[in-house]
Amino acid sequence: MADTGLLESLLRLVEKVDGGIDSQDVAVDLGVDHQVIVGAVKSLQALGEVISAEQKSSKHWELTGEGCEIAEQGSHEARVFNAIPAEGLPQNQLMKMQSGKVGFSKAMSNKWIRLDKAHEGGPRVFKTVETIEDTVRDKLQLVQKGLSAKLEEKEKNELKKRKLLAEVTVKSYWITKGSSFSTTITKQETELTPEMIASGSWKEKKFKPYNFEAMGVAPDCGHLHPLMKVRTQFRQIFLEMGFTEMPTNNFIESSFWNFDSLFQPQQHPARDQHDTFFISDPALAHEFPQDYLERVKKVHSEGGYGSQGYKYDWKIEEAQKNLLRTHTTAVSARMLYKLAQQEKFTPVKYFSIDRVFRNETLDATHLAEFHQIEGVVADYGLTLGNLMGVLHQFFTKLGITKLRFKPAFNPYTEPSMEVFSYHEGLKKWVEVGNSGVFRPEMLLPMGLPEGVSVIAWGLSLERPTMIKYGINNIRELVGHKVNLQMVYDSPICRLDS
Amino acid sequence: MPTVSVKRDLLFEALGQTYTDEEFDELCFEFGLELDEITSEKDIISREQGDEKAEGASDVVLYKIDVPANRYDLLCLEGLVRGLQVFKERMEAPRYKRVSPANGGEPQRLVITEETASVRPYAVAAVLRNITFTQERYDSFIELQEKLHQNVCRKRTLVAIGTHDLDTISGPFTYTAKPPADIRFKPLNQSKEYTATELMSLYKADSHLKHYLHIIENEPLYPIIYDSNGIVLSMPPIINGDHTKISLNTKNIFIECTATDHTKAKITLDMVVTMFSEYCEEPFTVEEAEVVYPDGRLCVYPELAYRTETLSGDFINKKVGINESAESIAQLLTRMCLRSEITGEDDQIQVEIPPTRSDVIHACDIMEDAAIAYGFNNIVRSTPRTYTVANQLPLNKLTELLRQDLAAAGFTEALTFALCSQEDIADKLGKNIAETRAVHISNPKTAEFQVARTSLLPGLLKTVAANRKMPLPLKLFEISDVVLKDETKDVGARNNRRLCAVYYNKSPGFEVIHGLLDRVMQLLDVKPGRNQGYHIQAAEDSTFFPGRCAEILSGGKSIGHLGVLHPDVLSRFELTMPCSAIDIDIEPFL
Repeated sequence: MADTGLLESLLRLVEKVDGGIDSQDVAVDLGVDHQVIVGAVKSLQALGEVISAEQKSSKHWELTGEGCEIAEQGSHEARVFNAIPAEGLPQNQLMKMQSGKVGFSKAMSNKWIRLDKAHEGGPRVFKTVETIEDTVRDKLQLVQKGLSAKLEEKEKNELKKRKLLAEVTVKSYWITKGSSFSTTITKQETELTPEMIASGSWKEKKFKPYNFEAMGVAPDCGHLHPLMKVRTQFRQIFLEMGFTEMPTNNFIESSFWNFDSLFQPQQHPARDQHDTFFISDPALAHEFPQDYLERVKKVHSEGGYGSQGYKYDWKIEEAQKNLLRTHTTAVSARMLYKLAQQEKFTPVKYFSIDRVFRNETLDATHLAEFHQIEGVVADYGLTLGNLMGVLHQFFTKLGITKLRFKPAFNPYTEPSMEVFSYHEGLKKWVEVGNSGVFRPEMLLPMGLPEGVSVIAWGLSLERPTMIKYGINNIRELVGHKVNLQMVYDSPICRLDS
Repeated sequence: MPTVSVKRDLLFEALGQTYTDEEFDELCFEFGLELDEITSEKDIISREQGDEKAEGASDVVLYKIDVPANRYDLLCLEGLVRGLQVFKERMEAPRYKRVSPANGGEPQRLVITEETASVRPYAVAAVLRNITFTQERYDSFIELQEKLHQNVCRKRTLVAIGTHDLDTISGPFTYTAKPPADIRFKPLNQSKEYTATELMSLYKADSHLKHYLHIIENEPLYPIIYDSNGIVLSMPPIINGDHTKISLNTKNIFIECTATDHTKAKITLDMVVTMFSEYCEEPFTVEEAEVVYPDGRLCVYPELAYRTETLSGDFINKKVGINESAESIAQLLTRMCLRSEITGEDDQIQVEIPPTRSDVIHACDIMEDAAIAYGFNNIVRSTPRTYTVANQLPLNKLTELLRQDLAAAGFTEALTFALCSQEDIADKLGKNIAETRAVHISNPKTAEFQVARTSLLPGLLKTVAANRKMPLPLKLFEISDVVLKDETKDVGARNNRRLCAVYYNKSPGFEVIHGLLDRVMQLLDVKPGRNQGYHIQAAEDSTFFPGRCAEILSGGKSIGHLGVLHPDVLSRFELTMPCSAIDIDIEPFL
């Protein structure tokens, strides 16, 4: 803080004038540097409404270093003129002078001097006039005295061109009395201290008001990733609904579990190199439940269990091919097979949320890997109405209550339904998931009892997250190109609000 | 999902009713179709090539309709209209009939020679008699073949269709296979003859046909069909001959489908003839053709088989969750082109599956059609009574709990890709790819998808690199799976749940990362100590700065490393500040 004496002098000046005073004038009046006054203004502002100070900027002309020198010693041309005695001066000697070069050409063009090139002993310079008027110096001296207004714009610009004058911008304050103006200073305390509490001195102190407009200091903490926050909420929803989590920690899967066990034929386009990542090392899976594999082969190639089958030549080589799983339904198949091996069937509700992989064309909303959310219920006598009922409950927990269902096709579910919800913002129905009843050709070869139905649905984790957090490009959310500021700033996730 | 493009006005004319776009969209939704886009040729050209090119193009309104991938019977205007009209009970599903040639004539015959066995062993054929084309019908006929080629025929690998003007050729026809140099004919829309070898190089530059060349390119013998005079009908699955090409004036069409999958060939042939026999003089009749196999077996096509299934009304009611009489279920199914009637015995329903519905292979397919006709959205939604107790997967439960506490410890969670380049997990970390036990992908489109990651560290370092403008320090973590080869697993690989964290600042902050380890161990209730507890000991690891790396042991077993990263590793990830990291396996703490 500037010293109290200066502050009070400043305040006395402000008191004397009506309508305010410029900080530059204060500096002149008090005979201190302008920067000191700026500091004093800031200190006073910090005390509250003692003064009000409005920042303004003004332009004025100032001499450059060279300009100052000329104001003092005369222009280069005058100095050259004065250096020449009546008998003249050899040009080379004149050029050695500090002002020689510039002064010579200016004095020549002013016709103050002449050059006799033919003079014996080399070129020599002579005066041509008796006296001169050094107008450059006069003008600069005017500016020095603060009388630059007396010069014409043209003259000032000319001097500016010669780098003798410069136009400078000065930031100053227009100071007026504040609402609690006083010429004496009471020092305000910034914070309550342990000493004040102990001594009770806080009772007499004045405290500097807080600026409630400012933001607080951000806490030093870590942050969870938005997609993972949404994952946590989906897990929570499934757990609330009594669903058990499936072990999906196996990204590498055989074609058998990813496709064949789901009654997806071997010529299906999803099994194309264009859609699926196949594995070169380890290229093949080497262990399958043998009699189950035989039943799968039979239902594909010949039918059975009430099915016509696909009637094609099913090959083990195709089933053995390892891949990066294209859906978590591969895990559901393993779990349902395991369930079928139990001595007695017990109803189950399963869920998973984990990564799946597609060798697809990438764009703003598609990556080669994404998280699939999947729910599965297996019990005797489940109906299509039950599937819709479960979906209704599930989506209600996401805050989505208006649902409708469209017939669709999926190789391993029949019936298959696309789930649409009404989007209030877009004023239209948008697809929010896929669902269906697993085909008997998938369930019966596993050994599940005849009357057991399995209903299932799936959706991606990324899409609801992008909608929730208003993210348009998936790369800003998933992967290393994530914007960490977005992670730091993202709110908690409550899906139903 | 295939998309069928139809002219709106033509569609409405055929449906005998006009709809608003919304009404038609609603009808599609109910039937399991999707009105994907409303456009015109002009719109399409203007979008793809600019307004100038679109000048003068047709602005007839087109509906682009998404059709389920297994409904080959809806891939053309004729099929769509038939399906919708029957659904709305405005017409009865036609009965498709195979007939013998008129006036006791001999059926057309296609003889397959044994040479085809190695390349494309199956063929089926049929004849459409006295057909009347208009420009629209003709276009639709060509378009349907294209749609079938793209879908059921799997881009001609399984089946290829050839259609020929029967009046330009004479049977019997021979389907054989010959060396490409011995095949010579004038292909469709070309002005001179080429050998098959020449054709293959000619079509390398053809934007449409080049996609099919690979199917036979490396075969010693190419499939080829001749008529009795040696005229080439087609060289499947690439191109037809020019001689037999059909036109608006064609009256009689010979259709052949050659295939590597016999079932799909029969389905494809059935689709073509059921859709377009509508325009024959005797609608919905198809003239049979004989196919003679190399073993002398004679088959008559098209099969046009009708199959009957019997199921109970109770089955449908129980599966769908409705309560309808057998009569009304039979009516629902009939609306889906599955002509049904009650047998009178209990609630049994006899359902006839027509040749157009190759997608119906099980009672569950019939059940779905009943549900669609009933209206999915008319079904009462009910909660199943299934009582179960939920369980979390212990590994995921541990992960969830640790994530919360790592964030509380001041670290921010990253989410990085499970797939990456070999370089990321090997060269850049100063490791040899052979030592990583990495799983390799055989068909990556770019280097980003060469391997499954074996460490979370590269992803975190790339996250730091992408966020260098953020204020320091950067403290990041991730708990997720890496993938390692493992012979003991059925697929030869397994996931491994790892915890990885990095501290990136002007000073390396080993003590920060070390402190994080201590905190994690505290959370896992593992005490410091050499035997039961955890401790760290100096180790050499090429990822870390020499002398600044330690191995982490818990219960005497190595669970990972921590330390200051090697400056070379930092530069390879385009990082400029020191960085310390920890990488541990959390599965031992389950």
